[in-house]
Amino acid sequence: MCGIVGLFLKNPVLEPQLGHHFSRMLACMSSRGPDSAGFAIYGHPAAGNALKLTLQHSSEEHDWSVLKQAFDKRFGGASHFRVISSHAVFTVSAPEAEIRAFLEQAHPDVNVMSVGQSIEIMKEVGTPEAVLTRFDVAHMSGSHAIGHTRMATESAVTTEGSHPFSTGLDLCLVHNGSLSNHNRLRTRLRREGITFRTDNDSEVAAGYLTSRLRKGDTLADALRHALDDLDGFFTFTVGTRDGFAVLRDRVACKPAILAETADYVAMASEYRALADLPGIADAKLWEPEPATVYSWSRTS
Amino acid sequence: MNDPATPAAHVVDLATSTVRELNHALHQLTTPAADAPAPLAPWRIVAPRGAHAVACGLKVPVTVEIDGPTGYYCAGMNQLATVIAHGNTGTGVAENMMSGLVHVKGNASQSAGATGHGGLLIIDGDAGARCGISMKGIEIVVKGSVGHMSAFMAQAGTLVVCGDAGAALGDSIYEAKLFVRGQVADLGADCIEKEMRPEHHAALAALLARAGLTYATTEFRRYGSARQLYTFKVDNVSNY
Repeated sequence: MCGIVGLFLKNPVLEPQLGHHFSRMLACMSSRGPDSAGFAIYGHPAAGNALKLTLQHSSEEHDWSVLKQAFDKRFGGASHFRVISSHAVFTVSAPEAEIRAFLEQAHPDVNVMSVGQSIEIMKEVGTPEAVLTRFDVAHMSGSHAIGHTRMATESAVTTEGSHPFSTGLDLCLVHNGSLSNHNRLRTRLRREGITFRTDNDSEVAAGYLTSRLRKGDTLADALRHALDDLDGFFTFTVGTRDGFAVLRDRVACKPAILAETADYVAMASEYRALADLPGIADAKLWEPEPATVYSWSRTS
Repeated sequence: MNDPATPAAHVVDLATSTVRELNHALHQLTTPAADAPAPLAPWRIVAPRGAHAVACGLKVPVTVEIDGPTGYYCAGMNQLATVIAHGNTGTGVAENMMSGLVHVKGNASQSAGATGHGGLLIIDGDAGARCGISMKGIEIVVKGSVGHMSAFMAQAGTLVVCGDAGAALGDSIYEAKLFVRGQVADLGADCIEKEMRPEHHAALAALLARAGLTYATTEFRRYGSARQLYTFKVDNVSNY
């Protein structure tokens, strides 16, 4: 199974309420995925050229100030961080590759959840309600968010195997479905230098999109190629810096429903998750067609 | 206007009752005796908010109206009852219906009327993918369009589509009859267009009338099985 929700605010006035509406949507999808949950929220962007890193450690008591000092020593300047449960959001002024290399070498116990200017990915094992409470999602603000409730089928129930998966700067993927050719594809992508940390099929889909985007595909092109190269069932929702995209495979077994009003675009696996949104009774509601890329962004 | 012989409706608010409580209450109803003074009182369900399995497994001639969108399997396994859904329905509305009437006054998601053995399913709007998949005798009238792979492995019954049909209509179809007024994206394996003979015009006209539609039957094309797949070949019988 698994549940997906996404909420993209067209009206900036609603941004302080993003977490409130989004957390209710995600909690509603608990029955589709009770073993773990995660989300990507796009909040206030990092200033200037700084990057926002969302990092995770297996211990909630982890002392992140040690990492801050290490960042400041390695890259100069002052990094900032705030701790949210097992995660910490750092702002660091340095190139992504250098930060990742430094973490891998000096702090291998720290997991990189996301990198970008505004994205923050947080995910943990546990019921969606527990995960939402743990990160206090209801009080988060931002322009858009996508989330996932997981019922594991292809790999173990772990934080790393939870969704969303980062697919590049400010990009992430959530997946409902299962892929059949993920082992072969993972081997191929590893040869290209894409790294994988789990046996999860969805992580391979994320790696696939990362690979296509690195080769110069637009997001829409990368998703269209996925229709040919990914064998299996999927409804994907992709978070981008200024919006989100939705794609279902050609058979479209995995459910998806979209709602649009003057204020927002919302996506969910089931209508139930949309039922509490303001103005839903008058929203335009429809199911995305198979093999068709839908996308929304603030800039277009 | 209330018929004086019709008792007042039971109202169930799903904001305060569970679906389990609702369905349990509906399952306690018994069919009135032939000489009963009044039919069963109608039921009205409010605030379903996309809940699954609303009004499933009914077995008596009761009318149930649902105000708002429902989730999966609304009016599933229906027998004898009339279920009117004022709103969109999720996956598998009226799936495995045996008899009675299910009327969706909105759009239906995928697999509407799946595996239905009998009864009539009317959808005022569009139906999603796989409408009438594996239908076994149900009659389905969709006033809008149907999605891809509708009537997949359809065995018996009739699917009427007043709008368009998506890709692979009637793939691996057996004996079900398909009538489409609009465009068919393409036909599935072993599904072909067939001649509209007088008996097909008559059957279609009767079904359209039951759905309250006045289209001329000449506006429709009929599709059915070419009976060329291996399942139709007597030489393959020993394989099963």
